[in-house]
Amino acid sequence: MGKYDIEITKKIIAEHGFKDNEYENILKIMGRVPTYVELGIFSAMWSEHCSYKHSKHLLKKFPTKGKYILQGPGENAGIVDSGTKMAVAFKIESHNHPSAVEPFQGAATGIGGILRDVFTMGARPIACLDSLRFGNIKTKKTQHLFAGVVDGIGAYGNCVGIPTIAGETIFEDVYEDNCLVNAMAIGLVDKNKIAKGIAKGVGNPVIYIGSTTGRDGIHGATFASVELTEATKEKRSSVQVADPFMEKLLLEATLELIEKKLVVGIQDMGAAGLTSSSTEMSYRGGVGMEIDIDKVPKREKGMNAYEVMLSESQERMLMVATKGKEKAVEKVLTKWGLHAVVIGKVIKKQNVVIKEGGKIVADMPVEPVTDSNHKLFPRKNQIGVKPKYLKDINIKNADIKTPENLEATFKTLVASQNIACKNMVWEEYDHMVQTNTIVLPGSDAAVIDMKGTDVMIATSVDCNGRYTYLDPFRGGAIAVCESARNVACSGAEPAALTNCLNYGSPENKEIFWQFEQSLAGMRLAAKALKTPVTGGNVSFYNESPSGPIYPTPVIGMIGFIKDKKKRYATQFFKTAGDRIVLLGKNKDEIGASEYLKVIHGLIKGPVPEIEMKEEIALQKTLREGIKKGIIKSAHDISDGGLSIALAESCISGKLHGKKILGAYVEVRHAIREDSLLFGETQSRAIVSVSEDKLEALKKIADKHNLTIMEIGKVGGDSLIIKTAKEKMPYVEKINMKLLEIENLWMNGVKQYVG
Amino acid sequence: MKFGIIVFPGSNCDRDCLWAVEEMKQKGEFVWHDSKSVANYDALILPGGFSYGDYLRSGAIARFARVMDSVKTFADKGKPVIGICNGFQILLEAGLLPGAMLTNKTLKFICKYVNLSVENNTSPFTNKCEKGQILRVPIAHKEGNYFCDDTLLETLLANKQVAFRYCDEKGKINAETNPNGAVYNIAGITNKKGNVLGLMPHPERAMKETLGSTDGKIIFESVISYLKKR
Repeated sequence: MGKYDIEITKKIIAEHGFKDNEYENILKIMGRVPTYVELGIFSAMWSEHCSYKHSKHLLKKFPTKGKYILQGPGENAGIVDSGTKMAVAFKIESHNHPSAVEPFQGAATGIGGILRDVFTMGARPIACLDSLRFGNIKTKKTQHLFAGVVDGIGAYGNCVGIPTIAGETIFEDVYEDNCLVNAMAIGLVDKNKIAKGIAKGVGNPVIYIGSTTGRDGIHGATFASVELTEATKEKRSSVQVADPFMEKLLLEATLELIEKKLVVGIQDMGAAGLTSSSTEMSYRGGVGMEIDIDKVPKREKGMNAYEVMLSESQERMLMVATKGKEKAVEKVLTKWGLHAVVIGKVIKKQNVVIKEGGKIVADMPVEPVTDSNHKLFPRKNQIGVKPKYLKDINIKNADIKTPENLEATFKTLVASQNIACKNMVWEEYDHMVQTNTIVLPGSDAAVIDMKGTDVMIATSVDCNGRYTYLDPFRGGAIAVCESARNVACSGAEPAALTNCLNYGSPENKEIFWQFEQSLAGMRLAAKALKTPVTGGNVSFYNESPSGPIYPTPVIGMIGFIKDKKKRYATQFFKTAGDRIVLLGKNKDEIGASEYLKVIHGLIKGPVPEIEMKEEIALQKTLREGIKKGIIKSAHDISDGGLSIALAESCISGKLHGKKILGAYVEVRHAIREDSLLFGETQSRAIVSVSEDKLEALKKIADKHNLTIMEIGKVGGDSLIIKTAKEKMPYVEKINMKLLEIENLWMNGVKQYVG
Repeated sequence: MKFGIIVFPGSNCDRDCLWAVEEMKQKGEFVWHDSKSVANYDALILPGGFSYGDYLRSGAIARFARVMDSVKTFADKGKPVIGICNGFQILLEAGLLPGAMLTNKTLKFICKYVNLSVENNTSPFTNKCEKGQILRVPIAHKEGNYFCDDTLLETLLANKQVAFRYCDEKGKINAETNPNGAVYNIAGITNKKGNVLGLMPHPERAMKETLGSTDGKIIFESVISYLKKR
């Protein structure tokens, strides 16, 4: 080892964000003072973002096996078996901090990263989903972030030609200074041609593909692992710049290389760029890698090894090819206007060796840098402590007065931020390119066709962060249940999930408790619903001086409709005269609801109960009813409760080119009126069936032991809801023209963002 | 019939166009952007997407692709050429169609189903339509605000070059039914001879009821029928 150009001072060590005894461990691993480049590599790989040091031991408890799973956690994306030649690769990831600082580029590069995670497996991306959270839409700041994020997602996905087919957009004050941008991608890969991020074969060339390396995004992974403050805003250079055209070329070239079997292993240079791809690929293959920094294509003059290794410039891939195939690789890349540059080779010694100007500037063992099981790898055995705020978190129903005018309450809710229509979001995304989008955005789940097979894919992303804040365990379980329920509402069987776990600082024991509890809730539901976890992403440190975000574990669910007839359902009513049926039990629950927040100004529990038995019964009934062609529409009851679900079933068809259809509803009940109309009791759905199929549906529900109640009829141009408490006569609570409801619903958010 | 589908770097509706052609039981092939000849095709499609990233201006770089010379020769011979979305933008930049494209009046990308009124049913692309027939076809673009001056508009009208206009489901044409601000609600035009069509909406996305509409088929049916008679 030559002399070190930069002396490692205490100041430099501190600047790299090492905690506890991490630096001492580096000294033990290296047996000497690390070089500046080595220090940078440790800093990036041991950052929370790359090392999962706070979360790994809990993530390991997720169920990861099942009949559909071909690839569980540990690779660039998870893969499930569709029962056809083509398997489904999918993953979700966050790009929160970059989006909070520079919304357009932050969101755009988030899409780029998740697409690369999918196509690096050899899968052609067929869909994107996005889960977005902002502060109050009435503030200028949120309007700015919202416009930039949506524009960025659209600009990227549209250009690459991947339809963004579903998502969610939530507004809560806690996300004002730390918005959440979670992006999910789905791709199709030939089961026999799955590529992996692995380096193998000593002497094989290590090839660099894609954009040049610039100074953008240096230490992006470290940036993602601290709280957002005024000072971090100065870290704008930690945000990368997107080039979707380059991504499109890279996508086509990568898939062609894999198709032509020229790839030994390949990985996106994502978080921590060349550092993570070289070390992780080496680790998975039990080999090492030698890289010559002088050969790496650079965007700027004078970039040194430290900057090159830690750059997070976008649209780059690292590939190991078979020795002797360099020419063939180059031919494919030239066709797509790209260059293949051999920057190194696979070596036997399990070290990453970095050379610059003929000198070795880093030579470090791969294992302790990447393997979380290594004894010197950082791990934080944090134990959570139940947060103090949970002490008086639940209301007593008796203390909340039911409003006198429930129609006025309904009007306020239907126009409220989280319930109002978000079509202005998905209309900025090309959601139809690739001509597979069967159910367009604006239904419970999106459905995409797998042409030439008997299979369709249903997918949804969901989380209610307020629930998780008020009751982390239930909130976690409900997030899994709701995403599965949405998929079931389209007629699909949920197969597997990916999760994006967004939390505040794990160093805070109370926040860590939220993390532990919500993961336990997710585990329970994922086991019960047989939807294993195939991977995802943990995003900690979502905090600003105004405080932490709600714990927000976003679930991305994948399900299959497997049937020659390819029957599926959408949420809106289909035919006048059809019967409206409520599946599931009404309970006296107003806690944690949108209603309690918007009407009473209270963010308080209790969070609705979740009973897995009831949930499974509901989902089975939905699936069977849809598959048999009995259920014509299905909509899950969530934010805003029964009345909002009914309203959406009436009016949302218009977004899909269908007529709006009214409803006449009578419900007999034994609970509070506001619980009935606006409560968010779980495991319920509104379905419609033709009159002659009513008995058949009842039989299915009985078979699964599910409560079922016929509550009304489709038709007319109004939504009329009458209720009757126990044996009392029916009283009209809501009677509104659909056009008026539609107007409120369509403009609730649009009025602020045009 | 054999359709050639030109693939530029950044084209992303190429596969959809091929699928649509095959749905119509016709042959289709991809034509790489640096090909020298397109003479052995019966019709050409310039698909949607973001050719060359749409850097500089939509279609501005693609017009210089090597294949464009032979596309011009092909069009000069009177053979049918369809430019969809980015393909329309390329045809404008290449001078195969008159006028220019501006950013949508909303300054945003718009993806949604719209209604089109068939203004001229004598072209190779609309001969199966009724005049005034309403087609439900999706749009997906940020630069689809067709612009021409009054003199050019008069010429287009005089020559019956306006193929489609944005309308509502009942055929009403006004500012409210204009999604992007296009002059005269223009969604598609042909050249003077009528054998080159450029349109912003995507007929290849409206080929199946499950995708929301089958109205796109009639455009392909028209071309096939025209080629059979030719």
